[in-house]
Amino acid sequence: MGAYLTRRFLLMLLTLFGMSVLIFVMLRLVPGNIADILVDAAGIADPKEKAKIINELGLDRPILEQYGQWIGGLVRGDLGFAYVSERPALEEIAPRIPISAKLAGMALVLSVLIGVPFGVISAVRQNTALDYFLRVISLSGLSLPSFWLGLLVLMASVHWFGTIPIYSNEPRSFLQEVGLLSIPAAVVGFRSSALVMRLTRSSMLEVLRQDYIRTARSKGASQTSVNYDHALRNALLPVVTIIGIEAAFLVGGLIVTETVFNIPGVARFLVEAILWRDYPIVQNLVMLIAFVVVMVNFLVDMAYMALDPRIKYAD
Amino acid sequence: MRICLALVAGSLAAAVSVASPAFAQKQGGTLRISHRDNPPSASIHEEATISVNQPFMAVFNNLVFFDPKEKVNSPDKIVPDLAESWSWNPDKTKLTFKLRTGVKWHDGKPFSAKDVKCTWDALTGKGDEKLDIIRKNPRKVWYSNLKEVTVGSDTEVTFTLGRPQPSFLSMLAAGYSPVYSCHVSGRDMRSKPIGTGPFKVVDFKRNEAIKLVRNPDYWKKGRPYLDVIDWKIVPNRSTRMLGFAAGEFDMTFDSDVTFPLLKDIQAQKPDAVCEARPSNVNTNLLVNRDAPPFDNPELRRALALSLDRKAFNDILFQGHALTSASMLPPPAGVWGMSKEMLETMPGYSPDRQKPLAEAKAIMEKLGYSKDKPLKLKVATRNIAIYRDPAVILIDQLKQIYIEAELEPIDTTVWYTKIQRKDYSVGLNLTGLGLDDADTNFYENFHSTSDRNYTAYKNPEVDKLIDQQSAETDIEKRKKLVWEIEKKLIEDGARPVINNNVANTCWDPKVKNVILQHNSIYNGWRFEDVWLDK
Repeated sequence: MGAYLTRRFLLMLLTLFGMSVLIFVMLRLVPGNIADILVDAAGIADPKEKAKIINELGLDRPILEQYGQWIGGLVRGDLGFAYVSERPALEEIAPRIPISAKLAGMALVLSVLIGVPFGVISAVRQNTALDYFLRVISLSGLSLPSFWLGLLVLMASVHWFGTIPIYSNEPRSFLQEVGLLSIPAAVVGFRSSALVMRLTRSSMLEVLRQDYIRTARSKGASQTSVNYDHALRNALLPVVTIIGIEAAFLVGGLIVTETVFNIPGVARFLVEAILWRDYPIVQNLVMLIAFVVVMVNFLVDMAYMALDPRIKYAD
Repeated sequence: MRICLALVAGSLAAAVSVASPAFAQKQGGTLRISHRDNPPSASIHEEATISVNQPFMAVFNNLVFFDPKEKVNSPDKIVPDLAESWSWNPDKTKLTFKLRTGVKWHDGKPFSAKDVKCTWDALTGKGDEKLDIIRKNPRKVWYSNLKEVTVGSDTEVTFTLGRPQPSFLSMLAAGYSPVYSCHVSGRDMRSKPIGTGPFKVVDFKRNEAIKLVRNPDYWKKGRPYLDVIDWKIVPNRSTRMLGFAAGEFDMTFDSDVTFPLLKDIQAQKPDAVCEARPSNVNTNLLVNRDAPPFDNPELRRALALSLDRKAFNDILFQGHALTSASMLPPPAGVWGMSKEMLETMPGYSPDRQKPLAEAKAIMEKLGYSKDKPLKLKVATRNIAIYRDPAVILIDQLKQIYIEAELEPIDTTVWYTKIQRKDYSVGLNLTGLGLDDADTNFYENFHSTSDRNYTAYKNPEVDKLIDQQSAETDIEKRKKLVWEIEKKLIEDGARPVINNNVANTCWDPKVKNVILQHNSIYNGWRFEDVWLDK
């Protein structure tokens, strides 16, 4: 196990290194840089002013030097200066991370809390009215775009309650923050919960037809025990995989939801930074996302072991 | 005795009538406004967008400014600001300002004539490199005639011009011409600027909010009325509109409410006060005169004649946009041609059939037909407000045997591309920071300008531009401006499709908002605005 973990850790480092090169190169392949945007926004492409800004920001240095400077800084915890705000990138990014993390966490928890039980119910009550109803709901969750659903929620709120649940002021307490984030989290989590529910249902249906389930039933185990103790644990393996993948995909969902609900999180900030070609912000944020995805994948692999004792990661 | 009593009564009545509006105004409160996007910086001199002017103009003062009580900015409506008075020398090449005393920057340091010199030296590239208070200047052309700024004393400063230019004072009165301080770095001016204005910047959180608070030491006693102006950056327009309807914001961002959206606002918030006004941004057709086959003036003329301005207006603005040449027409505009004059210009006639038939005849003469169309790409910036008219243009060009394809260009390289003349036909939007012929003609149509995107060169027009620029009599100057406009239309220099109009809305408790109708970039000082709570 120790050697496996070491191998896995080295692989993670290699993945992150590959990601860093990819992000760095791809950003510079996109047409236009910050100097183009800052100067051209006024309709004048003044080469002298552009050159001055490029020089100030060090964009005229050799590409390898720029890469080395970024990675070196990253290792030391220095993320550089944001080009647009001219403030340390860390100061710009750090306050936004907890907001998005809380939103993503709440969305993920909601998707599991809703998706897994309803998936089980749907499988156990296969082809009943309840199953059909839950399947329609899950299908709608997969087909409704988050931005549309978000706007619908806002419009309904304004129309029925005369108020709008957007993040216009910083919450003063934890409870207020939970209240503020719960609606956008439900909007983002709706799609994920639909996916989790559908996968739980199909996985449960497959497991419920296995011989060992019949054996459990013939031993006289109660229906609840069969469903939750025997079937669900084994049915959860693909669900855990999809939850891991969804955690990564959530960032995409957050961009739209943060925009619609006006939440000052990292996802919206990242899009803005890409539009401005604010390399220090984009590079560091994408690296952070890559790190989270790699870590979630690692945790998912570890969860397999806990769920299925037959799985062992040999040294 | 009766006479005395009558005099006292009269004086009292006069005093009450003069003073009563002041009694009505209430001090305090927070004005909450939605902002459409993240301002690139807080430095007005370095930017060319209303996203910067509207929130940050209240932080600064100008030397002079357009009377905020007037809806139309015009040269005869300029009032003192940091300058108490001004005078021209006899040959109109030296403009001397007498400055106010006792004015302080937000950090407590005194304002003086040196700050004025410092600002305009930086704008003309003569500033101290170490200070670097201005990193880029998108309005270089405004000050191309400015030779030097000299300090007479702490309260006197003189601008020396190369030749008489009456528009110079209008340029100084624009929202784009605040006075900066010499002792604050460019980086600070871009992130947390220091001004002398009625409000101080407390916070500028990128992508989140801008917070301004009342400057208690403001030199204009009793102003401003508001305690706080709280701008929330809300990039999604639907969220902004719903937020306004729900009372989350007291005011929309300037010109944020399109005509279709106005109906929604009026339905959801019937008491909202909404005002439509021209943005002085015109949609125009770019034709690269150097790129064959458009080096043929007849082909360019056919393109200009094919424009159905009414169709653009009906589809995009529900008929509210203004038909114009390159200057905004009256009554909002000072320099534009009237509707009657415009209708006599080629392509502007309400009768569409005649110009269309003429355009078709030109195309046929040049060998194009339904079976042998001219194929081209219409380049435009990849933003909805550019793409939408470009799509309509493509449809209209079909009528004159032109088969066009849309070429959306990434917004970051759009201006570089058109400045390099790397296009044949394009659709562009041109905004005027100031309703003034000098700023428009020198920027967009003079043969020496970097922003003359169509490579239009006409020595006669260049001469007329210089001539109108030096003319001190407004009426005579207007006639010269119209003559230039006529030539630009005839030459198809940059055919204007229409001048855009949009709405701004606010809650009825917000009082004394006066929108200026020929420039969205002016009139955002907020010092006279108050809340009736």
